[in-house]
Amino acid sequence: MDTRVIGKPVPRKEGREKVTGRARYVDDIALPGMLHGATVRSQLARGRIVGIRYGAGIPWEEFTIVTARDIPGKNCVTLLIEDQPCLADGVIDHPEEPVVLLAHSDAYLVEEARRAVEIVCEPLPAVFTIEDSLTRKEVIWGEDNIFKSFLVEKGDVESAWAQAELIVEGEYETGAQEQLYIEPNGMIAEASPEKGVTVWGSLQCPYYVHKALVPVFGLPKHRVRVVQTETGGGFGGKEEYPSMIAAHAALLAWKSGRPVKIIYDRAEDMVATTKRHPSKTRHRTGVTRDGRLVAMDIDFTIDGGAYETLSPVVLSRGTIHAAGPYSCPNVRIRSRAVATNAPPHGAFRGFGAPQSVFALERQMDRVAEQLGMTPDEFRRRNFIHEGETLAVHQVVREKVDMKRLMDRAFELSGYHEKRERFAKENARSAIKRGMGFASFLHGAGFTGSGEEYLASEVSAEATPDGVVRIHAASTEMGQGTNTIFSQIAAEALGLPCEQIEIVQPDTANVPNSGPTVASRTSMIVGKLVESAALEIEKKLKDSGFLDGKRDPRAFAAACRRYISEIGPLGAFIRYDHPRDLHWDDERYRGDAYGAYAWAVYVAEVSVDTRTAETRVEDFVAVQEVGRVINPVLAAGQIEGGVAQGVGFALFENIVWREGRMVNAQMTNYVMPTSMDVPPIRVFFEEIPYGRGPGGAKGIGELPLDGSAPAVINAVANATGLDIRRIPMTPETLLEMLESARG
Amino acid sequence: MRSPVPAYELETPRDLAAALERMARTPGVWKPFAGGTDLMVLLEAGKLPHRRFLNIAKLAELKGITVAGDFVLLGALTTYTEIRRHETIAAEFPLLARAAAETGSIATQNRGTIGGNIANASPAADSPPALLVYDAEIETISARGKRRIPYARFHSGYKKMDLGADEMISRIYLPRRRNGWQEYYRKVGTRRAQAISKVCLAGAVKIESGRIADVRIALGSVAPAVVRAQATEKVLLGRQPSVEVAREAQAMLAREIAPIDDMRSTERYRLRVAQNLLGEFLESLWLNRG
Amino acid sequence: MAEVGKKIRVECTVNGEAAAFEAYPMERLLDALRRELRLTGTKEGCGEGECGACAVEMDGALVNSCLVPAAQAQGATLRTIEGVACADELHAIQKAFLLHGGSQCGICTPGMILASVNLLDRNPSPSEEEIREGLAGNLCRCTGYTKIFASVVAAHRKRDGGG
Repeated sequence: MDTRVIGKPVPRKEGREKVTGRARYVDDIALPGMLHGATVRSQLARGRIVGIRYGAGIPWEEFTIVTARDIPGKNCVTLLIEDQPCLADGVIDHPEEPVVLLAHSDAYLVEEARRAVEIVCEPLPAVFTIEDSLTRKEVIWGEDNIFKSFLVEKGDVESAWAQAELIVEGEYETGAQEQLYIEPNGMIAEASPEKGVTVWGSLQCPYYVHKALVPVFGLPKHRVRVVQTETGGGFGGKEEYPSMIAAHAALLAWKSGRPVKIIYDRAEDMVATTKRHPSKTRHRTGVTRDGRLVAMDIDFTIDGGAYETLSPVVLSRGTIHAAGPYSCPNVRIRSRAVATNAPPHGAFRGFGAPQSVFALERQMDRVAEQLGMTPDEFRRRNFIHEGETLAVHQVVREKVDMKRLMDRAFELSGYHEKRERFAKENARSAIKRGMGFASFLHGAGFTGSGEEYLASEVSAEATPDGVVRIHAASTEMGQGTNTIFSQIAAEALGLPCEQIEIVQPDTANVPNSGPTVASRTSMIVGKLVESAALEIEKKLKDSGFLDGKRDPRAFAAACRRYISEIGPLGAFIRYDHPRDLHWDDERYRGDAYGAYAWAVYVAEVSVDTRTAETRVEDFVAVQEVGRVINPVLAAGQIEGGVAQGVGFALFENIVWREGRMVNAQMTNYVMPTSMDVPPIRVFFEEIPYGRGPGGAKGIGELPLDGSAPAVINAVANATGLDIRRIPMTPETLLEMLESARG
Repeated sequence: MRSPVPAYELETPRDLAAALERMARTPGVWKPFAGGTDLMVLLEAGKLPHRRFLNIAKLAELKGITVAGDFVLLGALTTYTEIRRHETIAAEFPLLARAAAETGSIATQNRGTIGGNIANASPAADSPPALLVYDAEIETISARGKRRIPYARFHSGYKKMDLGADEMISRIYLPRRRNGWQEYYRKVGTRRAQAISKVCLAGAVKIESGRIADVRIALGSVAPAVVRAQATEKVLLGRQPSVEVAREAQAMLAREIAPIDDMRSTERYRLRVAQNLLGEFLESLWLNRG
Repeated sequence: MAEVGKKIRVECTVNGEAAAFEAYPMERLLDALRRELRLTGTKEGCGEGECGACAVEMDGALVNSCLVPAAQAQGATLRTIEGVACADELHAIQKAFLLHGGSQCGICTPGMILASVNLLDRNPSPSEEEIREGLAGNLCRCTGYTKIFASVVAAHRKRDGGG
């Protein structure tokens, strides 16, 4: 497709501000009279609060102190349901649960005061593992500790076992993972009954925060305003949590009558905010001797922590992705999200799919091995094709050629040649090398009827100078929203990108285009941006001020005429759910996603058997994504995602003690440095998706699904070990190597 | 920032004599503060109970690397960057240069000092194993005068050292007598850069007529302080490097280190890897032979 | 209750100009830069000297300003991100970051640029391995480092080739 601006490496719109240090993040902002806020948190995992003691030596009369009693409206952080309090009231359900808020003008004094408050608790029995939650060692949430469960059924798994000539079982686990955006959570708030509530801060979803703040203060919607400041990374970690910290800052502002800033230090951010849901998956797979899938029985459980937050949705995505890009006539997926007394787990790029895909891709390699077949041959015999149905009964209506992606990935990585060579060389070396891959898909947009429910809106307005301003709630957090939207609008209107402005996400100024999550920003919201731009053009043409030719100056002149002679020139677009997408929420089947990105990732690793350290030596990522709007930004997304996936597989280990993360320092929670990442080589294929802007599908989360299993499959190949859990630390690997030696 | 910053004092004495005089007058009240790469981390975490510090970072008497006849002398304020860049150290004490390169990041290396590293006495520090292998001596100074102690006798336990409340480390002596030794240094950290050590082994061996004529083996992160594996050295002394000798040495090593489980690693991992590193070192000896 | 200690007056050179500020002696240089001098380009990412977001140059050396007490900045020559560009002319590194995608969310970018500038000043033609090592103290969660390496390579090639 011949395009002028789409497909080009247009430089990042806010890039100059970022490279000069002029971009303003929340902690760079100070308001006159601003107080510093801090949060006093529970130390116990579960208990009854019997008292709060304010220690000696602190001038408490100078402080603004807020507890649950000071909340003007509802004490809850609204998400799907209302089970999570803003401030614990009477009971504690997880370590580091917020109980008391403090504010003072002296930041050092606030910190001292924070340590001088004691939350006196009587402990209650707590639950820390999926097993204990499922067996109801203690019922800590609802009737049975279960936030949500799903059943997906295709064909008849129970009867199908009879046709299987080989049955393979396996259990797999993934640990929690911390998003570790380099900018910690932070908010500034101004709040009063007269003026309403305004918050500025680091966040992904302005309207989620808005929705959460409204009931806390009992204010009408138009008196709550949420503004996104430049955000230093999110990855899902700033999808839910900002509502909590915004409520806290606003409560302190409300009570003190002054602006309040709360910035978490790294330790607080790590220990108190959301992480990727830990998971356990059981697979039972039936195949014929010639390697065809006959039955897949999958049991998938995620640990949601103490409150429901978004666990049902994480579970949903994990469930739908659990059977992968394969065609199998009989599939059953039983899944559930359970409660434990840990800080609630939450969104992290991939959102349930990295967990279930890890299990699936390890299982597929193991089934192949037991069949005596190569892992790639086994995949080839089962890859899904256009016209076939996924586990949730979705008919694949796009052209998909997984074999081609695989061939390409193997050629680029030297997969076969290296695998053969390593097999020979490993015997004589303390350093074992291996090749592994993962083949997978990722659905873009909200599941099923989710996008219809969101009913996203975008508006655009033109100025007399011909500048087109895009108003959307989608946030820039590094993934390139500002630039992509500019390119889409510029392409639609025949303008240079410089003539497009992206308005700062501010609920007072932008309509609700939905949250910046679920790989939906380019594909769903970008399409609305395109439509808004085209609507403006249509108005100009219909008015006769613009003829067919595309010229920036003619456009500007037409805008000037239109505005002066007719009136404001704008467009308002609401999402229109495609009529041919049907989803049955009851039976959990149908068109789960409008489009999928498809991928094969290959990892080359070396394992030093003396230290059990694994190095990823090379990584090839091949994916079909509809249309690459900006090659630099798109590759950047994949590269960053692969690095996070390498961390998920090998490095990022949370050490839990009674529901609390004890290694809450960057020294001890280890993410990859520049010396730990392999060369990451990214390749795109494009089969345009009719409903995406320029043909684009979503890609933000895709790399998290396949990178960890590719790495672990490579380690399994290098060592011959049957690895079932990540993070696969050297400590675990060494034990396995020793047992194998024997 | 989890400490009451206004309550801390950091005063800059005019020269070393003034610093020592202050420390002598009220021993233990004022502590030296050099590059701050350890102390500031503790301050930020709310884990620095001591509040009165003397800024010694610019004291000229504690700076500089001197190449003398029998020794290379490192002033206590020598940074890791200075160690890395020094030609004689690179040539004659390569394990120390390696250790400096493995310490933290470039930003840490520019500020962290060898004296501060020794005084902080983390069992996971990267330089101490190299210092032990090189038979380093520590010179301490106070208003009462100077002392010189073999580094091998400097630490007596976890964060316990032979350093009086009125003393500070002034120089490190590295005896120059290591021609023809074969050396080894390997740090196994939590990742490839800017990592806390899980196990660290430094070794040096002098081979004469195919036998180990002299040997030094030192380890970090496997005991409350840096360890010189003397019993293991005895097993190796006089022997011809071989698979059997290595196995014996590895078995002895297990008996003289005391690794623990902590949030970074496990006792079993540290023990096994320490043995494997020793094995890797010794294997290089018979592979290099002939 | 903490006794309120005395602030000291620190005089130093920041980005080529004389600067002075009042700070507690153990106050972090990072905070003095951001709050007293209002140079908010230098960022806090971890407060433990692990992430490098707070990196500045002090007397020509790359340091983590969260680990430098204000008292030790007395008489120092400091360069922050605000001093990397020359008036309106961006440094070759900054231009390369823009062209090659070295910055995504931007929070690590100031420290990363300082580290890159410092690296090229010390080693004008670094190998890929030397670039990795030179930037190992600066953590980036967004990019996977790939385009940061590409930016540094492009910047030094331009300087070598372009003159």
